[in-house]
Parts: sequence; C-alpha cells; structure tokens
Amino acid sequence: MSCDAAGVVAAIRAVAATVAEHRVELTHLDRDIGDGDHGENMARGFTAVLTKLDAGAPDTPGAVLKLVATTLISTVGGAAGPLFGTAFLRAATTVGDAQTLDGEAIAKALTAARDGVVARGKAESGDKTMVDALTPAVTAAKGAADGGGSAAGVLQAAADAAAAGAEATFPMQARKGRASYLGERSIGHLDPGAMSSTYLLQALAATASQ
Amino acid sequence: MTVGLVLVSHSRELANGLAHVAGQMAPSVTIAPAGGLEDGSIGTSFELITDAIVKADTGDGAVLLYDLGSGFLTAETAVEFLESAQAERVVIVDAPFVLGAVSAAIAAHVGGDLRAVIAGALDARTANGPGGVRSLD
Repeated sequence: MSCDAAGVVAAIRAVAATVAEHRVELTHLDRDIGDGDHGENMARGFTAVLTKLDAGAPDTPGAVLKLVATTLISTVGGAAGPLFGTAFLRAATTVGDAQTLDGEAIAKALTAARDGVVARGKAESGDKTMVDALTPAVTAAKGAADGGGSAAGVLQAAADAAAAGAEATFPMQARKGRASYLGERSIGHLDPGAMSSTYLLQALAATASQ
Repeated sequence: MTVGLVLVSHSRELANGLAHVAGQMAPSVTIAPAGGLEDGSIGTSFELITDAIVKADTGDGAVLLYDLGSGFLTAETAVEFLESAQAERVVIVDAPFVLGAVSAAIAAHVGGDLRAVIAGALDARTANGPGGVRSLD
C-alpha cells in the first residue's frame, strides 16, 4: 500500500480497529497499575478520529496525522491524550506537506513522535511508560531506514522492537504516571501505554505491507 | 488589574467545589473551574481547560493549578495552543491544589500581578504547617 494520504487514512482506520479490539485488555492492564481507563480513553479517541475521517479525509499524510493529533488531544481524557496527541502532532509537522512517505520519512516521523512524548511527559527509558516501547521502535526504524528500508520495512522493524520493549516493561518499577504511586506493586505488570503504542505500530505496519 | 485562576481537575465536582471555596475569600477574581470531561466523567479536557483560560485571562494573565500529573499534561498542551501573546501570560504552577488555589485567589483579589499570584500559589506549600502528623497531644 502506498504511503499517500489514502494509505495513511487506511492505516489509521486499522489503528482504530486494533484499539477497539484491545480495548478491554488495555483497560485491564490499566486497572492493575493505573486508574483503569486507558482502553476506554483510546477507544473514545479513535472513534472520534473515525468520525472525522468519515466526514472528509485530508489530502496529505501530514494533514491526516494532524487531524488524528487534534482529535486525540480533545477527546482522550487521560494522560494518553496529550501524549499520543503530541506524538501525532510532531509527526505531522515533520512530514510537512509531502504527498507520500518513504522509509526515511517514516523513521524521521517516528523519531519526532517519540521526542514529542518525551518533551511532554518527561519520561526516560526504564520509567515503565510508552517511551519504553517507542525508543526501541525509533532505534529500529532508523536502522531499517539507513539500510534503505521501505515504509513497510521500517514500520515492521519499529513494531517488532516496540513489542519487545513493551514486554520488557513487565519487571520495571514505574517512575512516571499513575502507576508510580504504586511503587514496587507496579512490578510484574505490563505498562498499558507501551502495549497500546505497540498495537498502534503493528496496525500501521500491517497496513503498509498490504 | 485582576489575574484569573484556572482550576484543572479530573473531577467536575472537585474543580467547581474548589472554585467556590477559593472564591469566598476572593469575590473579585475570575476563578474558572475546568474539571472532568465534557460529559461529566472523570478525566481532564483540553476543550474545557481552553474555555476556562479564555474566561480567566481578561488581559492580566492567569494562573493554572492542577490536581494530578495528567492534568498538568493536558493543561500544558492547552497553553501551547494559545496564540503566543496570551501564552506568555498564562502560567501553570506546581502547588497543592486546594491550598494553592485559595492562596493564589487571595493574592489576585488584593490586586496582585501575575508574579504575586504565582508566589501566592507557591507559598501555599507550607500553609497547613511544615508537614508531618498532627496528634492529639
């Protein structure tokens, strides 16, 4: 699938579907070490995104990403709103008005997205947050892009690394977010934001490879 | 000149209640609560915070206080979307939510400028004593 505006819309629709599919799981993860609303919040945000896309899809990848950003910011009521919203906004700014995105553009967009999350939430690697999925994803994406990877190849590398990064949050003690109030009791649970970031990248990768 | 206050909370009731309490000692101050999501459920809303900023800042700026960290994230995002002249005079302060609101409201009511209201919020960190347990003896 080509990474033009229509391709990005299709990829976002796939993200919305995967978020809906994992809504209960994400809520359970968040109930274990948070306030139990992550699945609901993400589902609400992406449902709103679908409504906007149905009303009229923007004509560049960047414009699609910006629409996702502003929608998530206004509809996802937890920390995920500002964090994922800022991620999509930085990605949108980075891709500018390019008509299609190649592997390199995607690696740059993912890097900007991760940097936005870090700037907003101030989390570091090992804090047991979505950054623990996104940073390995960015490293893998850059490596794949440097090796001449296609958009699909870069996204797959990112998704695989994110999945490993999310698994690695299991033994971590949370140092950011609601889970940090639990101290040692946060150990032995997967971080919900790292999982949703992984599902998001997996959906993007799956669409790109169609 | 009156600096305004914005109270960002995950709960509509908490923000509204605090606005009433702080307002009792600061009747001249615009204290704009921004609590809960638009449908009244728990969470923080970019839209409600933005609306509250517009109400609270009548040109002399506004101080934003928040209850929990994710409230700060949403508030900071809202401030970043303001046009720059306004963003410069809208300040988020890390202070105890209730004590900070009361202290900041009083500072604004007696005519304090933005710096004075920020200082009022920060002074609240020790308003209830130096910290520790209060016992019966």
